[in-house]
Amino acid sequence: MKTRKLLALLLALGLLSATLCGCGGGSTGTTAESKPTDGSNTEAQAPADAQGAADHPNEITVGIAQDLDESLDPHKAVAAGTKEVMFNVFEGLMKPTPDGDLIPAVAEKYEISEDQLTYTFTIRDGIKFHNGEAVTGEDVGESLARCINGGDGILEVEAFSNITHIEAPEGGRTVSITLQEPDSEFLSYLTTAILPANYDGQDTAPVGTGPFRFVSRAAQDSIVLERFEDYWGESAYLDKVTYKIIENADSILMSLQSGAVDLFAHLTSTQVAQLGDDFNIEEGTMNLVQAMYLNHAEKPFDDVRVRQALCYAVDRQQILDLAFDGYGSLIGSSMYPAFGKYFDDSLTNYYTHDVEKAKALLAEAGYPGGFSMTITVPSNYQPHIDTAQVIVEQLKEVGVTAEIQLVEWGSWLSDVYAGRQYQATVVGVDASTMTARALLERFTSTAGNNFINYNNAEYDAFFQQAVSAADDAAQTAAYKQAEANLTENAANVYIQDLADLVAVRKGLTGVRFYPIYVLDLSGIRYTA
Amino acid sequence: MRRQNRFLTAGLILTCALAALVLLGFFWTPYDPNAMAAGPKFDAPSPAHWMGTDNFGRDIFSRVLQGAGATASIALATLAIGAAGGCLTGALTGYFGGPVDELLMRLNDALTAFPSILLALVVISILEPGKKINVILALGLVFIPSFARVTRTAFASLRDVNYIQSARLMGAGSIRILAAHMLPNTAPVLLPALTIGFNNAVLAEASMSFLGIGVTPPDASLGYMLSEAQGMLFAAPWYAAGTGLVIVLMVFSVGLLGEGLRRRDKGVL
Amino acid sequence: MKYLFKRVLTGVATMLTVSFLTFAAFSLISGDTATAMLGTSATPERLAALRAELGLDRPLPVRYGEWLLGFFSGDLGVSTSYKQPVREILAPKIRLTLWLSLVSFLLITAVSIPLGIWSAGRRRFEGARTALNQLGMAVPPFFTGILLSWVFGVGLKWFIPGQFPDAKQDFAGAAVYLLFAAIALSIPRIAMTVRMLRSTVQEELGKDYVRTAISRGNDRGQVLRRHVLKNALPPVVTFLAQTMAEIVAGSIVVEQVFVIPGLGQMLVTSIGGRDYPVVQAIVVILAFWVVLAGTAADLINQRIDPRLRLGGAA
Repeated sequence: MKTRKLLALLLALGLLSATLCGCGGGSTGTTAESKPTDGSNTEAQAPADAQGAADHPNEITVGIAQDLDESLDPHKAVAAGTKEVMFNVFEGLMKPTPDGDLIPAVAEKYEISEDQLTYTFTIRDGIKFHNGEAVTGEDVGESLARCINGGDGILEVEAFSNITHIEAPEGGRTVSITLQEPDSEFLSYLTTAILPANYDGQDTAPVGTGPFRFVSRAAQDSIVLERFEDYWGESAYLDKVTYKIIENADSILMSLQSGAVDLFAHLTSTQVAQLGDDFNIEEGTMNLVQAMYLNHAEKPFDDVRVRQALCYAVDRQQILDLAFDGYGSLIGSSMYPAFGKYFDDSLTNYYTHDVEKAKALLAEAGYPGGFSMTITVPSNYQPHIDTAQVIVEQLKEVGVTAEIQLVEWGSWLSDVYAGRQYQATVVGVDASTMTARALLERFTSTAGNNFINYNNAEYDAFFQQAVSAADDAAQTAAYKQAEANLTENAANVYIQDLADLVAVRKGLTGVRFYPIYVLDLSGIRYTA
Repeated sequence: MRRQNRFLTAGLILTCALAALVLLGFFWTPYDPNAMAAGPKFDAPSPAHWMGTDNFGRDIFSRVLQGAGATASIALATLAIGAAGGCLTGALTGYFGGPVDELLMRLNDALTAFPSILLALVVISILEPGKKINVILALGLVFIPSFARVTRTAFASLRDVNYIQSARLMGAGSIRILAAHMLPNTAPVLLPALTIGFNNAVLAEASMSFLGIGVTPPDASLGYMLSEAQGMLFAAPWYAAGTGLVIVLMVFSVGLLGEGLRRRDKGVL
Repeated sequence: MKYLFKRVLTGVATMLTVSFLTFAAFSLISGDTATAMLGTSATPERLAALRAELGLDRPLPVRYGEWLLGFFSGDLGVSTSYKQPVREILAPKIRLTLWLSLVSFLLITAVSIPLGIWSAGRRRFEGARTALNQLGMAVPPFFTGILLSWVFGVGLKWFIPGQFPDAKQDFAGAAVYLLFAAIALSIPRIAMTVRMLRSTVQEELGKDYVRTAISRGNDRGQVLRRHVLKNALPPVVTFLAQTMAEIVAGSIVVEQVFVIPGLGQMLVTSIGGRDYPVVQAIVVILAFWVVLAGTAADLINQRIDPRLRLGGAA
């Protein structure tokens, strides 16, 4: 009897230790491919080239504040944070440059027919996917078709609805795309990632043609990229990049100071001020339209006077001073200064802080005593939370009682962005491609991503005019009119384009700023 | 042998002082807790700002006072739900007994084996996180079993006591017996249980808000403030220290009070 | 033997009930999952199709049965946000949380048992000690965690708060890190265990047989070891099992403070992001853990406490 009980005890203990070991074994066995930190990186530490000859391994750790908690498929990813990282992995037929130009990437060259309707691309010779397979016309055709058809979480590219025909002969090196009507911005949309046609693992193990190849992702922990040796262009300097997810503001500082992280973008001014001498601070712009976005389908934001009142009530300069130590550039519409061509500075100060005017407008709209509203803010992004907190205080002055509701990024995406169930939200909207269209199309009444439910016939007309404009000047003019329309109708309470403060460990160089929200790592290298 | 019950005295004094302070916070704080100012950003504690200022130059002491009020009121509301629900089930099952009692107590045992935070997390994930009312509801529900267990034992032990028997013989109805005769006599068990319950509620609410799925601004409770403070540990360590100390003080004084009550009851000083 | 059987059976029944309730609860709201996944492109037809694809259109018990089978064969479904098998996401996290729990448990046992026994035999400064004990119970782990990060992380730089080192590359660093997290987690529980142990031992010391034994001239220490502890132990074992459960709950908070990528942190983000397959899997794993600890405690008690053994046989 006694021994049996002892046996039972031992069994229970064994079960316990089995769970302990079992889990360990399981993780090595099943996720060998997507393991963040196993020994297989040793070859990356060998000094493969001149840069790696120094005493440190030729790799860096980049801190990011946002987990990539969605599909990694570039045609499905929504978050700017995901695109920022995956910019290094994927390329389209065309690729943006830091100056805002486009250069051929997967394509070697292209021709545009006289009537501006047919684009013929020649695929770069010898270009390969990260899985070693050569890029074919079929891959290009399939990738574009995916973004035309959408479905299964794939985001349709609105501009592609203009495509009438794609010709990609099997085994051929050319792809020709025929449009219904001319579109002078069409090339910018061809930065859409080209993916291997016969591969369905993009959600978790993406494969592209970029300078870095994806190695692994561990939820809430890290993402690892390695240099793609067969890259067609100038290959990246670093052997390996580890993105470490650090959401906690304090941990960010300490991980930089301790040497655990070499590079961190989008720091706050307070953080930068506390960093020591080990870092160079590069200052760019975030290329985000930060605003308090208003849901026009919700009362009282359907009333233009209420929206204008909010614009007058908010003191943007005070926001910069209180929450950003004065960093940042004010904006007045859905366009940021880095887009020099389309940016209309006269709109920036269309609304100036004026409490009396705001009150008068509210009274006129039938809310003399103000009203209550909820501002939904993603909880993982401190600048937006801080901004919202200042706004809440400022709105009190005009009698508007605002309440902040913090939600996880995932809920924000599903409820606010996709579901449009919200009143107001403070976020930054980025441009997915380097076009004015990327920022402005979302406010057309039928756009799938028109999350503020903006419905303005005049605006739709301006936008249509811009898209179908024959020449560049006319197009720019039309876009500016559209921007002015947003400002005049107070579509949103526009605030600023945040300053992008990047801390780079001394000894590293090569940070390049783009007019879109990306962090290009291919140029980063050790100087010593 | 008549030594003073020092725990009770100390607990009462501390609790009353804190309660007075928290009550005061509802009507008056040294500064507007939400008023921002660019000047005194991250000021260290000083005579002007007892607990310093935060990233917006807001007075932390005023914010802590307000936050303590929020935390205490949520804890009390939670306690009310838990105690009322628990007492009701405990009284009924304890008094009447029977198979329902047996079944409910089995369920109770299973439920109390689970940590309250875990249960509350499950409940709140079903309700919807981030809303004050849901936090109260989730925690209130979670606290019912422990109160039910305490009161059931008390009621069951009173059931066969002489004076209850005689009240029954005199024709008093069940409800009258339960409310008028038995309930007052369960006070010795119930009071310490209430103090423990209050502390658990404060800690559970603070934990959940700290995790960001409890109460979120503008109903800033101490837990949320502490999570905010953690992000500023470098620039303003006093923010975390002040907020945390208030939580500790709250739980400590009510804990002393509970200890005092228990001792008075047992006759141990 | 019969007792053992009965106890294990109860444990299994509890696990089934708990997992079914969890499953049912999350199934009730997972209609949201399909809606959330489709977002703007939701039409009744697409919703129906997706529900069919996710298997949401079949009766609940069937789905539960399948899910349970899957659970035990290691298939925990696919995360709605990461689009990755839940098992793959959770595997490294379970290990981490188990280690944290284990270290905390050892810490609690190693500190509280000697302290409790020592404290039971002493009468001096009893009041001060009780007050200290109350203070220990009043300090929430997240506050201790912040204080520890501040003193040992920011100040002394023994570890980098928020940067849990990879155990494979820096074992010592990871151990130190876990130890600090465990300390934060353990303090209130140590206070509770000491208090519990002290009152049990004191109660036992006040009993007639002990007084008689001591008055007969037996060595006090020997009596304490041979009789008192033996009788005072069972409630302590039960209490420690409960501690195991509480540790699991505490780890949720402490992982957040120390940014340890374990189950707790995952649970919190998944609740916020409504990633129900992940939430469900974690809740059930934690629930199993709690039930397992309870069952183990009962079995141990049954072995060391002869009274229970009799009761079991009856």
